[in-house]
Amino acid sequence: MTMLEFDHLRVEINGRPILRDVTLSVAAGEAVGLVGESGSGKSMTVKSVLRLLPPGARATGTVRFGDTDVHTLDGAGLRRMRSQDVAMVFQDPRATVNPVRTIGDFLTEVLRDQGVSRSDARTRAAGLLADVGVDHVARRLRQRPHELSGGLLQRVVIAAALATSPKLILADEPTTALDVTTQEEVVAILNERRREHGSALLFISHDLELAAAVCDRIAVMYAGEIVEILPADRLHEDARHPYTQALLRSRPGTVAPGERLATVPGSPQSAFDAPAGCVFADRCPQAAGLCRDVRPALLPIDSGLAACHLLPRETPSVA
Amino acid sequence: MAAAVVCVLVVLLALLAPWITPHDPTAVDPLNAYAPFTGDHPLGTDDLGRDLLSRLMAGARTSLAGPLIVVLAAGTAGTALAVTAAWFGGWFDAAVSRLLDILFAFPGLVLAITVAAIFGAGFTAPVVALSLAFVPMIARVMRAAALRERNLPYIEALRVQGFSGWHICLRHLLPNLAPLLVVQAAIGFGYAMIDLASISFLGLGLQPPASDWGLMIANGQPSILAGFPQQSIEAAVAVVITVVAFTVVAERLAERFGGGVR
Repeated sequence: MTMLEFDHLRVEINGRPILRDVTLSVAAGEAVGLVGESGSGKSMTVKSVLRLLPPGARATGTVRFGDTDVHTLDGAGLRRMRSQDVAMVFQDPRATVNPVRTIGDFLTEVLRDQGVSRSDARTRAAGLLADVGVDHVARRLRQRPHELSGGLLQRVVIAAALATSPKLILADEPTTALDVTTQEEVVAILNERRREHGSALLFISHDLELAAAVCDRIAVMYAGEIVEILPADRLHEDARHPYTQALLRSRPGTVAPGERLATVPGSPQSAFDAPAGCVFADRCPQAAGLCRDVRPALLPIDSGLAACHLLPRETPSVA
Repeated sequence: MAAAVVCVLVVLLALLAPWITPHDPTAVDPLNAYAPFTGDHPLGTDDLGRDLLSRLMAGARTSLAGPLIVVLAAGTAGTALAVTAAWFGGWFDAAVSRLLDILFAFPGLVLAITVAAIFGAGFTAPVVALSLAFVPMIARVMRAAALRERNLPYIEALRVQGFSGWHICLRHLLPNLAPLLVVQAAIGFGYAMIDLASISFLGLGLQPPASDWGLMIANGQPSILAGFPQQSIEAAVAVVITVVAFTVVAERLAERFGGGVR
């Protein structure tokens, strides 16, 4: 069953496109990774699920959550969706928690808002904290955000996200602001707990390997478009789009020590200054005339989908 | 610290005045006019022989109540305006900001004098007028802070959690702005006190035989020519000490909580 579906979503701010054409679906309980450079539109895609677009933004196309079109929800419906069905974990836990309220206040607030009694909410908050591997729960509930480390605080945020057993969790680079040593743990906890709750996950990351480890499928974004979607476990074998391949080549560990890392030539482009044809044409080492003029469609290839003119279609032979 | 003690002392004196004044502040004793500082009259007497210490203590009540009401009213209205303007933004914010600018351009004291002249002298008219005049002073500072606070990621995170604007404003935005509001109120208190004393001095505030400090300064003027300046000087000193004490406390609070600059 499809839980979340983007259908030709396009977002413009003051006439300048930020997202050009996003078509992607997330099934119930599935984890999808959204990967791409800064400015490729990953965050905007995720925010459009909750209608958190900046002022002046105009969205066309549809975003369906379950069987409701998100763009048609009224204020109350939108609030209900945000408070019960969808949870979001942001990049920097320290910025997204009210700094002067206790952890207990933070965790119980959503529950209290839904009519849970104070003592029940306290008990559930303690349970949620224990679930995400936080110790000394009673003391933590009395502490304030600045008394907790970043990794610990992000676990608290994850606990809060799980409080309502949401159908969908949106995670916007949940580990970028954390120490490398705690990243793996936090992601593992997020993934385990969301599996237990049966929540779907849309996971934003610029780390291909991390996304592949967490998710079932990976969607690669570039300049406001999805250029390739493929199963996470086939990432290395089946990556066909030149951009995905370039990303894979530019990871550390692919070259011998002492050598320079491979880079993607040129600099990342925004959706509004990408070429008329294929968005990656300007930086693609193999770009042909067709690439600059005609936009490639996202078509099936091997185990996934890729938007590239240079890939062989309908013919199973190697390019 | 000393300033805080002075503040508490003045407030206590004002609260307890009806029970602890050594003399009846309105009791006239013409034979004892312009009495020197004695044990019975530590601060002397005025032209009608009324005990000045008792009058100062009794006067503290209206002299403190006026600014307190001004600050409470202006603080409430100003903060409400500021938070709603910052929250909704757009044309509403623009409209509120322009309105505040217009109000701000109009001197509070002139407004208060005009209102008192129209609606009659007394306690209410100047206090109401001054409350109105103090709204922009508080609202402008609070709006800037509310705007900054409202754009912090945790507010967006709360929206994502599905909380209503009311809930976020009342439970998160307002409590986090409270320290700044306290600082603004404490600063405003001093200004309001001087303004109200000025209005009383001009004869548009409380009327005799009330013992408001501003009024006492004015009433003591003829006696200065007679060589007995104590009433005016004592009332003026009372005003200065209280204003300085409250302002110093406000400065300390501003240093502690930040953002009190005006």
